[in-house]
Amino acid sequence: MDKNHISHQFDNELENLRNQVFAMGGLVEQQIRDAVAALTEGDTELAETVIRNDHKVNRMEVEIDEECTHVIARRQPAASDLRLIVAVIKTITDLERMGDQAEKVARMGRGLANMERPRSGYFEIQTLGEHVQTMTHEALDAFVRMDVDAAIKVAKKDLKVDQEYEGIMRQLMTFMMEDPRTIKRVLDVMWAARALERIGDHAKNICEYIVYLVEGKDVRHISMEKMEEKVRKG
Amino acid sequence: MSDNRTLSHGVDMSALKRDSNDKPKDEESTLIEVKDLKLFYGEKQALNGINLPIPRQRVTAFIGPSGCGKSTLLRCFNRMNDLVDGVRIEGKIMLAGKNIYDRNVEVSDLRRRVGMVFQKPNPFPKSIYENVAYGLRIQGINDRRLIDEIVEKSLRGAALWDEVKDRLHDNAFGLSGGQQQRLVIARAIAIEPEVLLLDEPASALDPISTLKIEELIYELKSKYTIVIVTHNMQQAARVSDYTAFMYMGDLIELADTDTLFTNPGKKQTEDYITGRYG
Repeated sequence: MDKNHISHQFDNELENLRNQVFAMGGLVEQQIRDAVAALTEGDTELAETVIRNDHKVNRMEVEIDEECTHVIARRQPAASDLRLIVAVIKTITDLERMGDQAEKVARMGRGLANMERPRSGYFEIQTLGEHVQTMTHEALDAFVRMDVDAAIKVAKKDLKVDQEYEGIMRQLMTFMMEDPRTIKRVLDVMWAARALERIGDHAKNICEYIVYLVEGKDVRHISMEKMEEKVRKG
Repeated sequence: MSDNRTLSHGVDMSALKRDSNDKPKDEESTLIEVKDLKLFYGEKQALNGINLPIPRQRVTAFIGPSGCGKSTLLRCFNRMNDLVDGVRIEGKIMLAGKNIYDRNVEVSDLRRRVGMVFQKPNPFPKSIYENVAYGLRIQGINDRRLIDEIVEKSLRGAALWDEVKDRLHDNAFGLSGGQQQRLVIARAIAIEPEVLLLDEPASALDPISTLKIEELIYELKSKYTIVIVTHNMQQAARVSDYTAFMYMGDLIELADTDTLFTNPGKKQTEDYITGRYG
């Protein structure tokens, strides 16, 4: 938005909201990174830190939600301002859930630290974790820059994450079949992989809100092709 | 605006999403069609070729900054501008297919079909009853029973009956501002017009009276085609099915109200409704 509101205070409020979302996103990114590191490196202390920090994410969600309610009550936002508020409310819900998933990964990591480590050293979780963390970062970046093209690019990455997850599932199943003694451990790894895959889904949701925010078009629950088509139509 | 024509005709009337007193969509039709309407106050052009359809039994709101021409346009619908010195009008306004600016149109007849309510309530210095009966009497209706009936029906229609039924013969000036405004609306609907023009009908009223008027507008649209000019954007968003944004004598955008307030097509509209104007 190149023009400012007549009310500077309103501009400040919206800017503040955007900043808060970015800060919350930054915290969630950190949580994902730490959770994955805790799991792959068997670092129980780091896992505990992630678990402890989840309430910070929750608190930010509540605070931003409240701020959004205040802006609606005070300003009765319309058009792009209204879409920004709606997008923020939805985005922070997804961010909060991403935080929950990161916590879940950390809990699995804490449990796995006491079990025998596989020879691969959880390489697959490391890679999947890096991918969803990048997705999260790029989605938030696209949000701040209101960049629809970037958002679509990020959303597309979710397909790859899903495929990666499928691959991990297949691999883990063979482990269990080869040696049933690994089942308990492998199940925990599966939960962690599942949590990371969900984080990818949430990042994709955020990308959809960006399209709504910028273009005013709802692109949820449609295929990637349809999504692109809808955006191109202008 | 050279693309006025495409703007106004680009509106897909079938895309109406509101329940509009639950009328089936296919009953929607255009009652008034504004065609290349230009209006000049002396040398100064106030309307630059407006093209716009007004759908039947819907509420269409005109919004825009002061001086954008929205009230001027509204007043064209019952030829109120004829009374202003030095006004020249070009173009057409088709009401049910007939140009109201045709030479053989009787203006008093037109104003019976197109009623108007102004910003400040303007009851006559008469009783409540006589205010509503006035239009009937000048039409030559003298049947006491019929007048009684229409007065009650109109006051009920304007959601005022319960408040005044015990003091119908009191002076109308004894009513509150909000009640006076509803009385004026009752007076307007007593003669069963097809169209009601409302020029800032609630801007002189307190918030509760304003809401009553808005509620009334919602009820009235099942019978009448309503065109409202308002400075209050939230009011336009609340009461109207369609909103037209005007700026400096041009129609910038006409869209169904939900779309206009969530995802306007023109940047000028966006700037205005988000408070970035100026």
